[in-house]
Amino acid sequence: MTFVRSPKDFWAGILFIAFGVAAVTIAYNYPLGTAARMGPGYFPRGLGFIMIGLGSILSLRALKVAGGKIQFASFKPLLIVLGSVLIFGLVAPSLGVIFSTILLVMLSSTAAYDYRWKESIIAALVIAAFTYVTFVWGLSLQLPVWPAFFR
Amino acid sequence: MDLIANLGTGFGVALTFANLAYCFGGVLLGTLIGVLPGIGPVPTIAMLLPITYALPPVSALIMLAGIYYGAQYGGSTTAILVNLPGESSSVVTCLDGYQMARQGRAGTALSVAAIGSFIAGTFATLVIASLAVPLAEVALKFGPAEYFSLMVLGLIAAVVLASGSLLKAIGMIVLGLLLGIIGTDVNSGLQRFSFGVPELSDGIGFVVIAMGLFAFAEIIINLEQVEKREIFTNKVEGLWLKWKDFKQALPAILRGTGIGSMLGILPGGGALLSAFASYTVEKKLAKDPSRFGKGAIEGVAGPESANNAGAQASFIPLLTLGIPSNAVMALMVGAMTIHSIQPGPQVMTNNPQLFWGLIVSMWLGNVMLVVLNLPLIGIWVKLLKVPYRLLYPAILLFCCIGVYSLQNNVFDVLMTVVFGVLGWIFVKLECEPAPLLLGFILGPMMEENLRRALLLSRGDWTVFATRPISAVMLGLAVLLLLIIIAPSIRKKREEAFQE
Repeated sequence: MTFVRSPKDFWAGILFIAFGVAAVTIAYNYPLGTAARMGPGYFPRGLGFIMIGLGSILSLRALKVAGGKIQFASFKPLLIVLGSVLIFGLVAPSLGVIFSTILLVMLSSTAAYDYRWKESIIAALVIAAFTYVTFVWGLSLQLPVWPAFFR
Repeated sequence: MDLIANLGTGFGVALTFANLAYCFGGVLLGTLIGVLPGIGPVPTIAMLLPITYALPPVSALIMLAGIYYGAQYGGSTTAILVNLPGESSSVVTCLDGYQMARQGRAGTALSVAAIGSFIAGTFATLVIASLAVPLAEVALKFGPAEYFSLMVLGLIAAVVLASGSLLKAIGMIVLGLLLGIIGTDVNSGLQRFSFGVPELSDGIGFVVIAMGLFAFAEIIINLEQVEKREIFTNKVEGLWLKWKDFKQALPAILRGTGIGSMLGILPGGGALLSAFASYTVEKKLAKDPSRFGKGAIEGVAGPESANNAGAQASFIPLLTLGIPSNAVMALMVGAMTIHSIQPGPQVMTNNPQLFWGLIVSMWLGNVMLVVLNLPLIGIWVKLLKVPYRLLYPAILLFCCIGVYSLQNNVFDVLMTVVFGVLGWIFVKLECEPAPLLLGFILGPMMEENLRRALLLSRGDWTVFATRPISAVMLGLAVLLLLIIIAPSIRKKREEAFQE
């Protein structure tokens, strides 16, 4: 893709166009109405078209004007951080907040470049204790505290 | 005399034991989190918001305002001691503050920042108190057409005054507006963009978006960079300002206060622009500009005062017009909605206790900042020594629990992951997330006012140009865009943000 001279702008434009097209397509099912009596489809469709316009200008300009390249360092932090949050969200209702906390801290710790596994176990236990005191006692969190098979 | 009576009402509310305690707690917590490197005010507020759910509305807002100032000041501490700005407005503080720390004058830098912030905060509180009543009276006369144009102006100004690509910023606003549509349409009851998911029928929570785009994305980006931090922890001494330093800093503090109070009122102004403007002014006015960047005390005093005054003055458009001017204020709107307060000019008349109580506690919050931070500086410094690998899992957890307790629903946690991915993509593509949050908050209000304006005018779009106030505001928005597109000014703007 050598003809793209500013990849950051180009892909941002493509992203905007994609969102715009999605908005217009989905909003197509909603009644449009008239300017005086706007239906639920009027505003989103308008915004969608603006989005497509902006995205197109951005992407086309990126072919002419040189700009920054996209820097990818490592996908590890992205996958580990969001992965562990995802797992926390999925298991918390059944596993309870204490064990989910320990799991979240230990899993997410591995994303650091200076990860130390022993330290992360201690951190997990300390944070779990803190969670118990602050959120369970102090703020009466609605999440179950212990796993389903304990209760 | 109204002013004094109003402030009296405010003191009556703010000086109760409970509210003083919440203000203190907010400032303390805000500083505690804000001091952590790489965490700015937006994720700090988003993270601590759940604590305030159970409080009465006045106390909740007082505490949130306290958190904001605390986070702001905490960010400056980190900027001075570690050269790591927690947020964009303390980038400027890094320039001379860190150099002062390297010369062993960290104590002086920290206390001049605190004193400057206090003076600026006091002045800005008075500005808010005296401008609020007349501005709200004007705002009460606004019809839907004026409101719509005001929001357009606010959004345009917010992106023009911020750094980065204009096209991308406008795109992010529109994307935010689109995200704001998700949920049930108030007029027709139709579910829009909810994909049949029942959890989406009330729309996406703004905390979900703020946490995903700001907190999660920032953590991921921080983890991608392996950087060594150099902390000046053993050299923090001499917190008492010498008379000579004070005399040198005072004019800069006063100028910073003025700049911040003026720029903060503008939509999109706030802390960032004020700090940049003040630094530029100080450099221009200095007899020997070459001292800047090498530990000039004015380079800390001016911007620090300006960013505090600006942070505070940015409450003015929120409290009088109901329009948030930056991402932090967008969060405050969200917080107010959670407590079922509709921000806008009617707050002052319907709920004077809340309004004046909040304003007075802004000032009290500033007092507490000085009282709290200088003696506790040792603790903040110790916090800076905690390695990031131990901090971020805890931050992640608080975010998760915070998002969950919004509606006691796991769905929100999963949505936050989606916005985390989106936030990461935005960073990679250099798209600022703040305009998106503004658009998201303003989206529903904008659609509603557009609908009403065109209903009243029977579908005639010229109503926006024929009503004078509306026309002036739209004209200003166009003017701002033209100014920024003009090549010569664009170059200057880029230079200003480069510095």
